[in-house]
Formats: sequence, structure tokens, C-alpha cells
Amino acid sequence: MLQINQLTARVNGKEILRGIDLEVHAGGVHAIMGPNGSGKSTLAHVLAGRETFEVTGGEVRFEGKDLLSMSPEERAWNGVFLAFQYPVEIPGVSTTYMLKAGLNAIRKRQGLEELDALDFLSLIREKSKIVEIDKALLDRSVNDGFSGGEKKRNEIFQMAVLDPKLAILDETDSGLDIDALRVVAAGVEALRNEKRAMLLITHYQRLLNYIVPDRVHVLFGGRIVKSGGRELAHELEKKGYGWIEDEVKAGASVQS
Amino acid sequence: MMDTAFDKNQFLETFAGQEKAFLAGESAWLAPVRRQAIARFGELGLPTTRLESWRYTSVKPLAKRGFRLADVYEPDGLTPSMIRKLAPLQGEGHLLVFVNGSYAEDLSRTDDLPDGVTAMSLAEAISSRREEIEPHLARHAAYEDHAFAAMNTALMQDGACVLVPRGAVVPDPIHIVHVTTASPAAPLMCFPRNLIVAAEGSQVTIVETYTSLGGAASFTNAVTEVVAGDGAVVEHYKVQTEDESSLHIAGASMNVGRNAALTSHVICLGASMCRNDLSVLLASAGGDCTLNGLYVVAGSQHVDNHTVIDHAMPQCSSREIYKGILGGRARGVFDGKVIVRPDAQKTDARQVNNNLLLSDEALVDTKPQLEINADDVKCTHAATIGQLDLDALFYMRSRAIDLMDAKSMLIRGFVYDMLDRIRIPSLRAGLETMLDRKLDFGGRIGEAS
Repeated sequence: MLQINQLTARVNGKEILRGIDLEVHAGGVHAIMGPNGSGKSTLAHVLAGRETFEVTGGEVRFEGKDLLSMSPEERAWNGVFLAFQYPVEIPGVSTTYMLKAGLNAIRKRQGLEELDALDFLSLIREKSKIVEIDKALLDRSVNDGFSGGEKKRNEIFQMAVLDPKLAILDETDSGLDIDALRVVAAGVEALRNEKRAMLLITHYQRLLNYIVPDRVHVLFGGRIVKSGGRELAHELEKKGYGWIEDEVKAGASVQS
Repeated sequence: MMDTAFDKNQFLETFAGQEKAFLAGESAWLAPVRRQAIARFGELGLPTTRLESWRYTSVKPLAKRGFRLADVYEPDGLTPSMIRKLAPLQGEGHLLVFVNGSYAEDLSRTDDLPDGVTAMSLAEAISSRREEIEPHLARHAAYEDHAFAAMNTALMQDGACVLVPRGAVVPDPIHIVHVTTASPAAPLMCFPRNLIVAAEGSQVTIVETYTSLGGAASFTNAVTEVVAGDGAVVEHYKVQTEDESSLHIAGASMNVGRNAALTSHVICLGASMCRNDLSVLLASAGGDCTLNGLYVVAGSQHVDNHTVIDHAMPQCSSREIYKGILGGRARGVFDGKVIVRPDAQKTDARQVNNNLLLSDEALVDTKPQLEINADDVKCTHAATIGQLDLDALFYMRSRAIDLMDAKSMLIRGFVYDMLDRIRIPSLRAGLETMLDRKLDFGGRIGEAS
């Protein structure tokens, strides 16, 4: 579904991604781990189409199409979704209003009828249960005055409504207490299916206690320097990222 | 200096031409006031940008064109449904219509007002109801230091006179619609004057609309005086949607009595140049005022809002929020002064001005001013000027919303709370439609950058 070949990108003239290779199939759940500054969030934003990141080389194919030539909204229409690490507050626009516009834009491109207000409301009611989000919150301005946990729930709720083929979760676990983490993780787990691919971007492995990934990749210095099964996450948890750095410095070939 | 003298002459000459009429009949009692005002105007002349309060707003366009006074209104094809299209009314509505400055009785509708409530032509009231008018007319709108207030006081034509007796409640809004119908080839000048007096414990809502039919080029110089007596509740809306070739300069002076509550809404969408001077005097203890302002301008429009809230007495509160959206090469000015007099202990004043710029060439000058002369007060002010939030735009696009829609949703989000403050459903709906039309234009301007 997603093929990334030798992707390089920079921000403010600084090279952040220095040749990413990654392949994710439908139904696959891949975790991307790495220390701060390794390029995890940059990768997430580049895939979603953020213009402040300049792609300098490589290519990204999504279902065979050239993802990098698409605008952010075109990517969303094609089934890419980014759950933000720092969800943006949008005064004066409610979550339901925004999502209805977004979902209908997707449906239009799929040749489906737009959902009317009633159908949309029942969809909202159904999906809001997945992350136990208060319906009243959804009629308020997007993320405006939400707690950290509410914002993250709202991200997963939006993912549930927009029903993407590829979901990129950028540090969805950060800043969550253990109860909120359980709810959010259970929501993500509920949305896992054989048609949907997920990229879980995280610094810590605790999210992976709840969402067990098929593959774990370690991002370091803008490259994927190590890949493995879920046990790699445990190893990182135990040993930290220092040993990875040592391996990279030692020039060892660590791609497995 | 020569220029200024030249500029003011067309108005001095207009006064000279009218003077005989001003002295005739039952309204002659007002002639001395008119004369004092024209004398003062002659001394002041038109303001130049050297004056601090006119620093950002030039009235030069007034000198470039010759304006003439319109003929007295005669029914000539304007219909109530045309008026309704220009100014959304609530229900059947109480309605006073003025065309090019004079009263259009055939388009107005005041027959089902509650007992004792007056809504009529001010020109008629000056003749027939002197005792009720004289204590108020030209007593609140000071013209000593304001050339345009002086000009209007000297040349005032007609407008609404609303008198609400003690304890009376007017459930439906009273609509005052000023329409100009000039053609660009023959620009008109109009001097509307409105007087609203709500006596002790009464309640009334007024909607004052300034609009034009077709591409009317005109200069409107309006003054409104509002008196909210002790314990009265007055809600006043001023909606300015004139043609973008018009010049609009208006003053409103509002006097708030003991424990009275005044809400003012000022909405500016039209005119090439619009200047509003709104001053509120909290004249007795316990008064409360809320000032809501919204300006949305594009192209080469210029909008200037000057407000003064004068806390003269203790325990009054004021809440002011003005928001503006500016696209194209539009220019905006907000100058908001809050004065707290030495007697005004326990004053609670808050002022906010937020501006959203949709293009690189749009410009706004915002100048909040607090003058505090008492020590036991709570006063805050804040002003912001910003552009569309790029993070918010990317967020919305990542939710499948295309760039244009995302922009217009953000822009609407910015003004949403201002629309929410409009408590007349038909007015709110009408304004939403007008804003949508205007903001689509704004969206395209935003695209250019």
C-alpha cells in the first residue's frame, strides 16, 4: 500500500530525512520509534503533505500513485490520515462541522452520495463510542479548551469517522495518563483491520503494550537503522536508544 | 489651509441655501442650534490627517466630488419588498424608511406599536413635539470638537424619532432604514439624524440600517443620539451596507442612566470610506454597556471605528469587542478609548480588538487607550492583528477539506462569535448571507498571496 524509497527532506535548510525506505502493506501495523530529533514527526508530516517540509529526493507511492505530488487534501481524499501530536485549536469551527465537510469531500471523490445531517449524526454517535468522547465536546470549537487527553481522543475519533486506508499516528501516546492511554489505544485497536495500514510513531514502547505492531523500525539521524518484530520495542525500552547510536557510529550494518 | 477652506465651502453654501427654510414654521426653535453648529463647523473646517483623531483617515474624497442635497422624497417606484431585500426585517416589524435623507411614509409602517410608544419622522417631531424633543436633541452629540457632528447638527434633514415612555416594553425591534438612490453621475449628500429616548425602566431594540439601491454614489453624514433612562434596557444595531462608491461618516452618542443596560452593535460592510464615532457616557452609577463591532472590508475600502466609553460614575461596567476582517488593499482603523473619571470607583472595563488580514496589502491600525483616574478599578484591553493560521489550515486540509473551504471556514470561525451576539434571528440570517458573499471574495484575495 505504501512504498517509501530513499525519501529525503529538509526543513529550514536542514536535512532531517536522509534516505527513508519503508514498505507497509494493507492491514500492517508498523511502529516507528526513535529518539527526539530523529525525524519521526517530520516523516509523518511529509507523508501528510505539510508544505513547510521540503522534499529533496526519493519517492512515495500510495496504492501505486505518486503521493508527493498531491496536496494535503488530495491525500486525505485518497485515504491518508494523520493524527497530530499537537492537535490544532480552531476557534469558531466545531468538530462535527469540520468532519462533515471532510467526510463529504471524501465521499464525493468516491462517487458516493453526501451524507445528510441525520445520517451524519448517527455516524457520529456510533463512532464517538469508540473513544468514549463526550458528544457535547464535538459541537464545540475544534480542540478549543480541550484537555490533552480530549484532544488525542478527538484525533482518533476523527480517524474513525474519516475511515482512512492509511493512518499515521504521530506520538498519539505522548502526554496521556495511563487511563487515557488505555482508552485511546483501545480505540486504535478497534479500528485495526485487514484493509487499513497504520504507522505508529512513538518515542516510548508503552503504547505498543496495547497495540501490538507487526513490525518495529528504529529511526535515527533521518534513516531507518534497524527493523524487527515487536521484541525490538522491548529491547529499546530496556536499553534506551544509546546502543543504537553506538551501533550506527560503529558503522555496523544494522538493517535486518 | 487653503484646501480646507475650499473643502468646507460646499457645506457652508448648502447651509446658506437652506437657511430660510430652517427659520420657517414650527421648527424655527431649532434654528439657533443650527446656526451655532454651522458657525462651529466653519471654524473647525474639515479635519486633516494632521489631527490625531483623523490621522489614518483622509476626508479628501469629500472635496474631490461635488455633492448636492436630494429633493424631498416623492413615491417613485420604491416598494416595501425592495426595502426588505436591502434590510432584513424581523417579522412584520416596525419600520421607518428614509430615502436620500427624507421620510418615506408610504414605505414605513408604525401602526401596531404598543400604547404610548412613538416612532415617527424626527422632522415632524421637531415641529409637533418640541417639549419632548428639545431636552435631548443636540444635547448628547457634542459638536464643539467634531466637524462632522457640527455639520450634521447644522444641516440635519430627517431620521427616526423613537420615544419610549416610562416602563414600556417594545417586544419587536424598530427598524430604521436609510436608503440612498443616487446615480454615480449625480452624487448626493444626506444628513440623517436619529433620536432614541427610552425613559426609565423601558425596553426597546433599534436597528439602524444604511444602505443603497444600485450603485448609489453618496455622502452620508449621520448622527444618532440614544438615551437609556434609569433602569432602561436598550439594544441598538447599526448596520452599514452602502454601495462601495459611498462615503459614510457617522456619529452616535449614547447616554446610559442609573442601572441601565445598553448594547450597541456596529456592523460595517459597505462604503468606500466609513468612519464611525461612537461615544457612550456611563452617566450614573450601576450603568452597563456592551459594544460589539464587526467590520469586513475588501478591495480598497477604508473603515475607521473610533469609540469612547466614558465611565463618569462608580460601579459601571463596559464590555467592548470589535473584530475586523480585511482583504485586498483594505485599510482599517480601530481607536478605542476608555476613560475612568475620578468618581468612577469599582469600574469594570474590558476592551478587545481582533483583526484578521487576508492579504499582504491589507492594513490595520489599532489603538486601544485607557485613561484611568480612579484607583479601585478593573480595566483590561487587548488588541491582535493576525493572518490565517497556517497550522489550522493544514490541519483542516489533512481532514479532506480543500484549501478554499478551509480558508472560508477559518474566516467564518473568526467572526462566528460576533454573529452569535446578534439576537434578532432575521438580521443574523441576513448578515450571514451578506458576509458569505463578501467572504468568498475575501477567500479569493487570500489565495493571491
